[in-house]
Amino acid sequence: MTLESVIFSVLAASAVGSALLVVTRRNPVMSALYLIVNFFCLAGLYLTLHAQFIAIIQILVYAGAIMVLFVFVIMLLNLGDERKLSDGVSWKKIVAAGFCAALLMEFVYILIYSEPSPAVMSASMATEIGTVEYIGSQLFTKFLFPFEITSLILTAAIVGAIVLAKRKLD
Amino acid sequence: MPDIQPYLILSATLFVIGAAGVVARRNAIIVFMSIELMLNSVNLSLVAFSAQLGDVTGQILVFFVMTVAAAEAAIGLAIVIALFRRKQTLNLDEINILKW
Amino acid sequence: MTSFAPYIVFLPFIGFLVLGLFGSRIKSEKLIGIIGSGVVGVSFAIAMAIFVQMVGEEPHARKHVVELFTWISAFTGTASSIHVVVAYQVDQLSILMTLIVTGVGFLIHVYSIGYMHGDAGFWRFFAYLNLFIFAMLNLVLADNFLLMFLGWEGVGLCSYLLIGFWYDRKFDVGGYAAGTATTNDAARKAFIVNRIGDFGFILAMLLIFHTFGSLRFDSVFNGAELMSIGNQAAFWITLLLFVGATGKSAQIPLFVWLPDAMAGPTPVSALIHAATMVTAGVYMVARCSILFALAPTTLQVVAIIGALTAIVAASIGLVQNDIKKILAYSTVSQLGYMFLALGVAAFSAGIFHLTTHAFFKALLFLGSGAVIHAMHDEQDIQKMGGLKKYLPTTYKTFLIGAIAIAGIFPFAGFFSKDEILWKAFSSEHGSVVMWAIGVIGAGLTAFYMFRLVILTFEGTFRFGEEVHPHEAPKTMTVPLIILAFLSLVGGFIGVPKSFFGNNMIEHWLAPVFEPASTKLLLIEEGVHATEYVLMALSLGIAAAGIYGAWKVYTKRPDIAESLRNKYTKVYSLLLNKYFVDEVYDKTVVGPTVKLSEKLLWKGFDVAVIDGALNGMASLVSVTALWFRKIQTGIAQTYAVVFVGGIVFVLAWLILK
Repeated sequence: MTLESVIFSVLAASAVGSALLVVTRRNPVMSALYLIVNFFCLAGLYLTLHAQFIAIIQILVYAGAIMVLFVFVIMLLNLGDERKLSDGVSWKKIVAAGFCAALLMEFVYILIYSEPSPAVMSASMATEIGTVEYIGSQLFTKFLFPFEITSLILTAAIVGAIVLAKRKLD
Repeated sequence: MPDIQPYLILSATLFVIGAAGVVARRNAIIVFMSIELMLNSVNLSLVAFSAQLGDVTGQILVFFVMTVAAAEAAIGLAIVIALFRRKQTLNLDEINILKW
Repeated sequence: MTSFAPYIVFLPFIGFLVLGLFGSRIKSEKLIGIIGSGVVGVSFAIAMAIFVQMVGEEPHARKHVVELFTWISAFTGTASSIHVVVAYQVDQLSILMTLIVTGVGFLIHVYSIGYMHGDAGFWRFFAYLNLFIFAMLNLVLADNFLLMFLGWEGVGLCSYLLIGFWYDRKFDVGGYAAGTATTNDAARKAFIVNRIGDFGFILAMLLIFHTFGSLRFDSVFNGAELMSIGNQAAFWITLLLFVGATGKSAQIPLFVWLPDAMAGPTPVSALIHAATMVTAGVYMVARCSILFALAPTTLQVVAIIGALTAIVAASIGLVQNDIKKILAYSTVSQLGYMFLALGVAAFSAGIFHLTTHAFFKALLFLGSGAVIHAMHDEQDIQKMGGLKKYLPTTYKTFLIGAIAIAGIFPFAGFFSKDEILWKAFSSEHGSVVMWAIGVIGAGLTAFYMFRLVILTFEGTFRFGEEVHPHEAPKTMTVPLIILAFLSLVGGFIGVPKSFFGNNMIEHWLAPVFEPASTKLLLIEEGVHATEYVLMALSLGIAAAGIYGAWKVYTKRPDIAESLRNKYTKVYSLLLNKYFVDEVYDKTVVGPTVKLSEKLLWKGFDVAVIDGALNGMASLVSVTALWFRKIQTGIAQTYAVVFVGGIVFVLAWLILK
């Protein structure tokens, strides 16, 4: 077992474990914390794929910004007794669980038995493309227009969020 | 060249866990977080493919997904706040005005 | 000049549009009258100019077709495509008809200015009349069957509109529906009976298109010339066309609508139900003469129906008391003569009688209108009498009309009727029996016409003190005088050889009927001694009829009385028009109404059609009641379905 595969196994196991905890915890704060753990694991996995830039912004944007927002909202709403929302087993959950299990099996079946696509890269490229310089140059040349559009989306989101969350429009 | 099959299987697993959270939980915030989980699992796939193909486009796409996710989180949470103010609850089963 | 033919047709249409759209705002009756009759007058002038030009042309070069625009053009698959052009054909026959329609039409328009004076629907009346002229001209000038059918239907519509013109008035149809009917019922009756005939026309048209692949007269008739006599298709086409003709021209068995059509204003009766529209069937048969020539059986049917109608209608006319109804039955009877002529392949004789009949019957109707006008809407001749003192002009002109229709030399009716009788006798398609029926009919005609004249104008007053008859205004008497003149001299266009004449009308129309005559191997005949004998006979019978009427109704009223008492059954049979209306009511109308109500409406419509519709609706609403539960409004449920969908799509992709 190589070092890489050991690292992958550890990260993968903790990612799956934390994900399961996210969806099973009753308390949203706990879920949020486990989600942060999950994001860190994913950032580690990105690193093993030589995607340094993505790994960094995964931590900065997701774990840092988005999750702070979540925790903030949870605290703001001050949800009292969460037990009210914890639910027993219903027909819907059984069906949903069945579907999800079936979906997972199908995914795995497809991934294992489908033909791998012919590889077209050289190993040296893999380490280069993940760097900040490379992605930055790509973003500001080839993907300049979509990049600028994202700023528009974010502006719209800010305005929308304010409008929606405001108590009263005046 | 890394073998990306384990990554893809992991991605699928995370996706299904997220989907299960979306369809099974009644707490709106947790459903929301499950959606983030699903988005992230897709991101993992994209990065893995990018690494395999040596093409940066996958990573660029992840970058955009993150921006959209940030926007979506802002809007979604604003909706959650507005909803909570109106209904005093986050139980999705009680938010059923979208029907006949 | 012939290129002006479309103007003849469209001028009345413009008049209709102007009067129909703005008529209600034109306050001056005079202006409405000038517009209404003016357009028809101009049409007549154009037609006259074209006629004069045609006279100067070679007989075989007198046919002109003016194409306006493509009406219908559709490719109907591999077999044939339908291509209908709005085109007007000016030839000897159609120009003659055009002259009659516009000429007599113009006089009647002028007459109407006086007759309809003060009526609330004055402008409406003239709009309808103009529309009628437009439709009628389409009928006679059309260059193909479809355009002719447009006119055919158009005149039917105008007839309906004008019969029911006084839609709020009661109308006594007598007999089975006495006292309850309105003019609207009469209008509907006319329309529906006409529809039956039109159905025949439509079928004939389809068959023509099927057989000849075209609806143009030229192509159809050229195709027909190549066929041999006794052709099966020609037989059915002509029979169906004749069904159409019986409807429009009020022949047995579809003549019942015409007497009731007298519910309309009298100028309408004169124009539509005497001079022009009812002769459309005659014109159509004459136009299709070559087709009829191919089917001797149909010709036989036409002749028999014509002869029967002539005598049956004349016999009913003997005992009627309504001045207009007598004239109506007389019209039916005279139309019967025309069909008799067509049936014995004497096409030009039929058209000749059509022409003279248009003159004297229009005259008689307009005269009766003047009488009715003077009598304040009284139509019962038993309540008239001695009117010649009050209405001298009307009396004189009416008398001329009566002599003309009775067929006394040298009035118009003599020549045309005698031509028909002679052809019925001499033609190989005719027979002595047909001639005899015709002569008896002529005697009856003379009798009932003079009964009408005497009861109306002669003798003593039989009206109340409060009625003060007065002569009609100039606008009414001038057309009467013109028509009286035409009735007097109209016959000279067809003086036969036996009178050292040249029979101009026959020569004029000869090129049109040439294909048919060639087909039937008709030969131009010389002068026969028999002709003089027969002529004298029919003249004698007509004179006897007049003398009989004079004798009975002036000197010996007791004869009529005793005859009535002696033959009560016959009298009531005639008075009730052979109970044809009652029979139709029992056998056709009643069952149809019953069937429609019980089976089609309450059975089929309510149960099956409405049932199916309502059943479908309630099925939807019941199932929706269950299915809408799926729509929980909970987004998560939808998400479950969503995931399920992905599962199944992936499963399908995998298993495929």
